[in-house]
Amino acid sequence: MTDTPVLLSLTNITKRFGPLIANNAISLDLHRGEILALLGENGAGKTTLMNILFGHYVQDEGDVLVLGDGGLAALPPGSPGAALKAGIGMVHQHFTLAENLSGLANIRLGTEPLLSFGREGDARAKVKRIIAESGLDVDLDRRVADLTVGEKQRIEILKALYRDAKVLILDEPTAVLTPQEAEGLFVVLRRLAANGLGVIFISHKLGEVLAVSHRILVLRGGTKAGELVTADADRRAIADLMVGKAVAEVVRIPALPGETLLEFDGVSLHAGGRQALSGVSLKLRAGEIVGLAGVSGNGQSGIAALISGLAVPTSGTMRLYGEAVAKASPRDFVMAGVARMPEDRQHDGVVGTMSVADNIAIEDVRSPAFSKMGLLDRKAMRERASAAIAGYDVRCPGPDAEARLLSGGNVQKLILARVLEREPRVILANQPTRGLDVGAQAEVHRRILAARDRGAAVLVISEDLDELFALADRFVVVHAGELSDAGPSEGLDRGTIGLMMAGQARPPVGIAS
Amino acid sequence: MSFRLEPREHASVGLKLTVSLAAGIVALLLVAIPVLSAGGSPIEAYGLMVQGAFGSMFALSETLNRATPLILTGLACAVAFRAKLWNIGAEGQLYIGALAAVCVGSGLLQLPPALMIPTVMIAGFLAGGLMMVIPTIIKQRFGADEVVITLLLNFVVILFIQMLVEGVLKDPLSMGWPQSVPLIAEAKLPKLLPRLRMHWGLIVGVVAALILWLMVRKTVLGFEIRAVGENKAAARFAGIPVDATMLKVALISGGLAGLAGVGEVAGVKGYLSADLSPGFGYSGIVVAMLAGLSPIGTVISAVFVAAVFVGADSMSRATGISSYIADLVVALSLLCVLVGSFFLRFRVKFERRQVGA
Repeated sequence: MTDTPVLLSLTNITKRFGPLIANNAISLDLHRGEILALLGENGAGKTTLMNILFGHYVQDEGDVLVLGDGGLAALPPGSPGAALKAGIGMVHQHFTLAENLSGLANIRLGTEPLLSFGREGDARAKVKRIIAESGLDVDLDRRVADLTVGEKQRIEILKALYRDAKVLILDEPTAVLTPQEAEGLFVVLRRLAANGLGVIFISHKLGEVLAVSHRILVLRGGTKAGELVTADADRRAIADLMVGKAVAEVVRIPALPGETLLEFDGVSLHAGGRQALSGVSLKLRAGEIVGLAGVSGNGQSGIAALISGLAVPTSGTMRLYGEAVAKASPRDFVMAGVARMPEDRQHDGVVGTMSVADNIAIEDVRSPAFSKMGLLDRKAMRERASAAIAGYDVRCPGPDAEARLLSGGNVQKLILARVLEREPRVILANQPTRGLDVGAQAEVHRRILAARDRGAAVLVISEDLDELFALADRFVVVHAGELSDAGPSEGLDRGTIGLMMAGQARPPVGIAS
Repeated sequence: MSFRLEPREHASVGLKLTVSLAAGIVALLLVAIPVLSAGGSPIEAYGLMVQGAFGSMFALSETLNRATPLILTGLACAVAFRAKLWNIGAEGQLYIGALAAVCVGSGLLQLPPALMIPTVMIAGFLAGGLMMVIPTIIKQRFGADEVVITLLLNFVVILFIQMLVEGVLKDPLSMGWPQSVPLIAEAKLPKLLPRLRMHWGLIVGVVAALILWLMVRKTVLGFEIRAVGENKAAARFAGIPVDATMLKVALISGGLAGLAGVGEVAGVKGYLSADLSPGFGYSGIVVAMLAGLSPIGTVISAVFVAAVFVGADSMSRATGISSYIADLVVALSLLCVLVGSFFLRFRVKFERRQVGA
């Protein structure tokens, strides 16, 4: 692949944000017809590098060179317009489509003068041709709002190709796709590359990088950790390159379940005008992890709301340490030693404009540890934050940095530090590793298992079956607001769970509905 | 030469001050245009305005006298807006605070000044606070928009005051003027200096600003207000009592506006009438926005706005340029500050590199 001409070349790109060096002298070459994977943990500098390439940020040092008519030429920094003109197309993780317009209108948007009539036919013909060549099949006349996530992504790619992109950058393209959709995307990318496009594929998922790329560039902590040809690459070696140390296998010892700490007894919940849960019974026992599987939207958020103290059952009883919970109070749950990790950690987990120290203390701010007579003990808060940053490897400029500047994985570590330091007796881990990279995932799993071994009762809610198999001692499946009986995870296979998630198979012992 | 914008991660205090100052200067430059077209000299007009606002002890006293209610209504808006509670009702709360002062301070109670003055102030604070707590409860219970409720309540309150000062509260010695019975001498706020109108309300305003500043930075309540204002969902999840915190904010906000009313009645006029405030409550919004919702900044911006109005009055008497120029200065300052806030969020970088080279 390296015998084809170089389409794009980055030379010694350096970018600093204050004291933080996001990119440190990174160089890369992209050849025609090549799929280059940019692999790295959250915060490794992948997105920063691509934002420089596309002109959203301006590098402090280094150049972006793009192949033009007269050979490689430097792009003026900080100009997305110039990047577009030079043939760089970017598909962002969060789409930039006008939802109320059709697919075709979105593709044409910004490429034509404001008043242009009668050119739609030409545009349609061109898009049709691109679709035929690439296999990016999608209905061009439907409103974007009515398209599925996968289809929207196709429109984004078409948009880039319509502008005659020579280089296509995809930022975490599979994060929003189902496995089948992701497979379809890979087929398209291979075809596009075969037609001469250069593709940069940003990801933190090893498996898909190995599946789709020709070459892999590994970033770690803002520097280039390694560059290798995919065909010769070894999974284990890449993982080690990414995290900079051998990823410890998470070892688990068999559970020793103790007394029941949290119990749902025939719990039903009305929320948002509909029945979220009906007749749910579940016991969480000390020293045991229960994994809750289910297709998203089948009642997980109801169960999470109950254990978070945001709601009380409409009927039935929820007992915490044997006592019925009568009042919805997140504060009471925190005080009673319930650790809660929210599903949407950016939205519910942190106040972005407050500091890391504030966010670590937020559940405890009224306790004597952080305040006396209503006055904050800033020193104690900062000390606790410094300890948490070190102990949980939260990557941030310091305790006073605003939480919004942290990447998703680091926000999760911050929340872990906040809730686990209190030695909780009950833990709700709702999608604990969604969007996290390999290293951070293993770390979160290790912490959850350690809490279990210490005697905590844990409920893990996850859409990732691998994660549930790695953690759970018992499995329950939620479907349409009803819960299966909790069965031991030994001897369970994915097929059975899959059928239960789809509501097609009942557990061995039926439950009251 | 070209320029480009980059998002800023943090804006320093120095930068914020620079931007505010620059916004004020740009506003003055813009107002020079209508002054010129009215045939006046902007330099002379501004010179007279500065003189009229700060040129003598009397001028300074008038400016600070005018700034006193603006500090308090400005703080009322700043504290509420920080918590994303949109209190547009400072005007009404001011009148209710003044009403409470008159009810308590016009002879109902007879106490020495050291007790009487705090009593009058507490009554005004609580009454104004209640005027904001009620809309907040309605918002929490029924989801009604507090902007609409507080805005419309202003008119309700002023008409109610009109009814009272022409009815049960009317001073029989007022020779027919619609004004209330006066406060007793013990309830009146002492003047700061003899023969000048500025009064102890100014000290109350400055102290209130200092307390708020400390509250935001140092107290649990301030922490909780920030959390609720900046991310209600996360605050609720973390166990902060969102509704209770909002009610505390409402009480403080309405209470500060109520204190402004107490100051006008007990410090300046001595009685209540329906023209007590020329829109101090609404100006409080501008004052708070000019200050970027900072308590200390509110004191400064209140003095600025007061100086513009007092100075413009005096300038207009000397030159014949309409004193409406004051409204223009304040409005343009606000617009310039809003534009300036853009520079707090983005960094402009100029570069000499040729595009396409």
